[in-house]
Amino acid sequence: MKLIVMVMTMMMISEGSMIDQTCKQTPDFKLCVSLLNSDPRGSSADTSGLALILIDKIKVLATKTLTEINGLYKKRPELKQALDQCSRRYKTILNADVPEAIEAISKGVPKFGEDGVMDAGVEASACEEGFQGKSPLTSLTKSMQNISSVTRAVVRMLL
Amino acid sequence: MASSEALLPISAREEEPSCPYTKLPDGSRSDPETHPRRRRPYKGLLAVSFGLLLIAFYVALIATQDGSRSNEAANATDETEKTTSSSSRARLAGVSEKSNDGLWKLSGGQNTPAFEWNNSMLSWQRTAFHFQPEENWMNDPNGPLFYKGWYHFFYQYNPNAAVWGDIVWGHAVSRDLIHWVHLPLAMVADQWYDSNGVWTGSATILPDGSIVMLYTGSTDKAVQVQNLAYPEDLNDPLLLKWVKFPGNPVLVPPPGILPKDFRDPTTAWKTPEGKWRITIGSKINKTGISLVYDTTDFKTYEKLDSLLHGVPNTGMWECVDFYPVSKTARKGLDTSVNGPDVKHIVKASMDDTRFDHYAVGTYFESNGTWIPDDPSIDVGMSSSLRYDYGKFYASKTFYDQNKGRRILWSWIGESDSEAADVQKGWSSVQGIPRTVALDTKTGKNLVQSPVEEIKSLRLSSKKFDLELSPGSVIPVDVGTATQLDIEAEFEIKKESLDKFFGDASVVAEAEEFSCEKNGAGSTVRNALGPFGFSVLATESLSEQTPVYFYIAKGKDSKLKTFFCTDTSRSSVANDVIKPIYGSVVPVLKGEKLTMRILVDHSIVEAFGQGGRTCITSRVYPTTAIYGAAKLFVFNNALDATVTASFKVWQMNSAFIHPYSEEAVRALTRT
Repeated sequence: MKLIVMVMTMMMISEGSMIDQTCKQTPDFKLCVSLLNSDPRGSSADTSGLALILIDKIKVLATKTLTEINGLYKKRPELKQALDQCSRRYKTILNADVPEAIEAISKGVPKFGEDGVMDAGVEASACEEGFQGKSPLTSLTKSMQNISSVTRAVVRMLL
Repeated sequence: MASSEALLPISAREEEPSCPYTKLPDGSRSDPETHPRRRRPYKGLLAVSFGLLLIAFYVALIATQDGSRSNEAANATDETEKTTSSSSRARLAGVSEKSNDGLWKLSGGQNTPAFEWNNSMLSWQRTAFHFQPEENWMNDPNGPLFYKGWYHFFYQYNPNAAVWGDIVWGHAVSRDLIHWVHLPLAMVADQWYDSNGVWTGSATILPDGSIVMLYTGSTDKAVQVQNLAYPEDLNDPLLLKWVKFPGNPVLVPPPGILPKDFRDPTTAWKTPEGKWRITIGSKINKTGISLVYDTTDFKTYEKLDSLLHGVPNTGMWECVDFYPVSKTARKGLDTSVNGPDVKHIVKASMDDTRFDHYAVGTYFESNGTWIPDDPSIDVGMSSSLRYDYGKFYASKTFYDQNKGRRILWSWIGESDSEAADVQKGWSSVQGIPRTVALDTKTGKNLVQSPVEEIKSLRLSSKKFDLELSPGSVIPVDVGTATQLDIEAEFEIKKESLDKFFGDASVVAEAEEFSCEKNGAGSTVRNALGPFGFSVLATESLSEQTPVYFYIAKGKDSKLKTFFCTDTSRSSVANDVIKPIYGSVVPVLKGEKLTMRILVDHSIVEAFGQGGRTCITSRVYPTTAIYGAAKLFVFNNALDATVTASFKVWQMNSAFIHPYSEEAVRALTRT
């Protein structure tokens, strides 16, 4: 009985270790672990799989940010120009960066995945800068930048 | 993308390369089943032993868990704030550099005006005489060849978007490598063995004049395999239609090679036994390698046990190229040529760094192996030679039997945001095809030069002979300055040089210097420069792209010359990448300093010392566009006077046409 418990504990430990080992090599271990653990596929995924989970998180965050942007047009009409730019940029993340990254990683040419993932951070940053210090999206921007950095680190492990 | 990036450590592979393919007697191909990477079925057992180890470390792990790595994160624009020097500065110094903390601090900041791309700025970026499709994304050059009077160019193309994906083969033809007509797609992803991508490949012209094309297909299970294709009708000089060999794939990943590490077959060359030999890049763990296969019919292959070559810690080798160069003459050689007056080049595109590296070496045809002349700069090492020190990747050469030269093509990607690419509707260009040959004077490096035919685009020209006093920045009046060909010769005045050598206070910096490490780029003022041109510059120099020589004194008091392009002030846009590129350039005794620059809207190609060091840059000015783009020549030296003798041509458009009978006829007449 004790042996079974010990074996099961060890299995649990080694189950988590893939995520741990991977996340240790990213700029934000805690964020990486929480993102990957929050997905049921995380525990049995290989590096490609983990990368795809993170890209999915980028997609979800971009969608959430677009919704926020759409809501801001009414609340903050004076920000229309910056919001237009942001809308364009987050749509790029959804329509260009994410599909590019998914295809690239699935097909074993991760460098294009790296491009897509990095660009997600660039687009978020460019959107943020459009508000010239008065951004209503700062926390979402930071999230995208962080997820993008973490995801890029994981994608680079596939090169 | 960024040029100098710290590599993040790669986790050790957990999966072992499995052997999903049963080996047929001749060891070539078999039923291509795939195993998606997954944990071993006996993971429980392994987990126990792993867990035992882990138990020992578990407590330590919990105790010391510190998630954040130090910020080694790749940061191409990691510039520390440079204090402006107190001595008088040339106007070229412009805006002082802002510090760039962290990966996401885009250039600019709270004080720069919010920036937006408009259609006028974006449409200006399209090149006038570089090859690019009418719209959408392009990457690697494929299967370049000359046949029945036409130069053929194929390329990786996404018909659906301005980012990579859905890759098929685009096609275009030209009489002169400059004026192109776009043709219908040559190959699409219509077979199970390339349904996930018709990827990079190369052509071999057989002695009977027929053509075989080998290319990588990504199968319906995303396995990388090699396929054979050939023209449907060899009597059609335009080679419009291609047929895929029904027996494809002709090669599948061999044992020990992962299914996604097997791509980009080369042009074949003859072996002493009269067979054909090709090489294909791959990797084993982090060692980049090049596999070798022999064939008589391009349908069945024997894999050699030995590799052509391999270099540890270089990662995956993409787009491997292998070819002979003459030691004695600046001419091209057919890929099969060998002999005592011949060296061989091995080149690979490094997946990890996006750099193309090559080395000069010796090929042993008896066993299909190659060794570099200088192992300290072996292919892929950070110190090894590169065709080009800027934005330049996936390059490929072919032997042009029409003019007896070897021509180099290369993919030049964008350095802007994907949102801009989507907005403008396209992404990437090809470099101007270059002749490539061994530098017969040094014997250690290649030299490249834009093909002669580009001179047919030259329109009016102006010649200048100027003496550049220290700190001078002189506008060069050539009218519009967005499509230019500049040939220049610089010489430091003898008195200035004598004074320099006599001055013991000049600090030796050559050993530490690099174009990119010197964060202030072209803004510094040194004893002997830098000096050169500033292209795509506004009158006020608020945006500018300097291309220059930087001369540093070595510890041995010898001079070391660097050739650089500084894009850090090329644009005020905050979402483009603006590196400083360049490298040392060999200058032999008695040689004047020469440079050639091709300016074509958002691409600048610079050739130092006859093409010994080349730099391609992508730039995206927001105001230095159309009529507002100017040309300057400058000399930042504190003391030295430099004479500049140069000629500037206006360049015509190449009028690259979409496919039509008329367009083809028009080209046929030239």
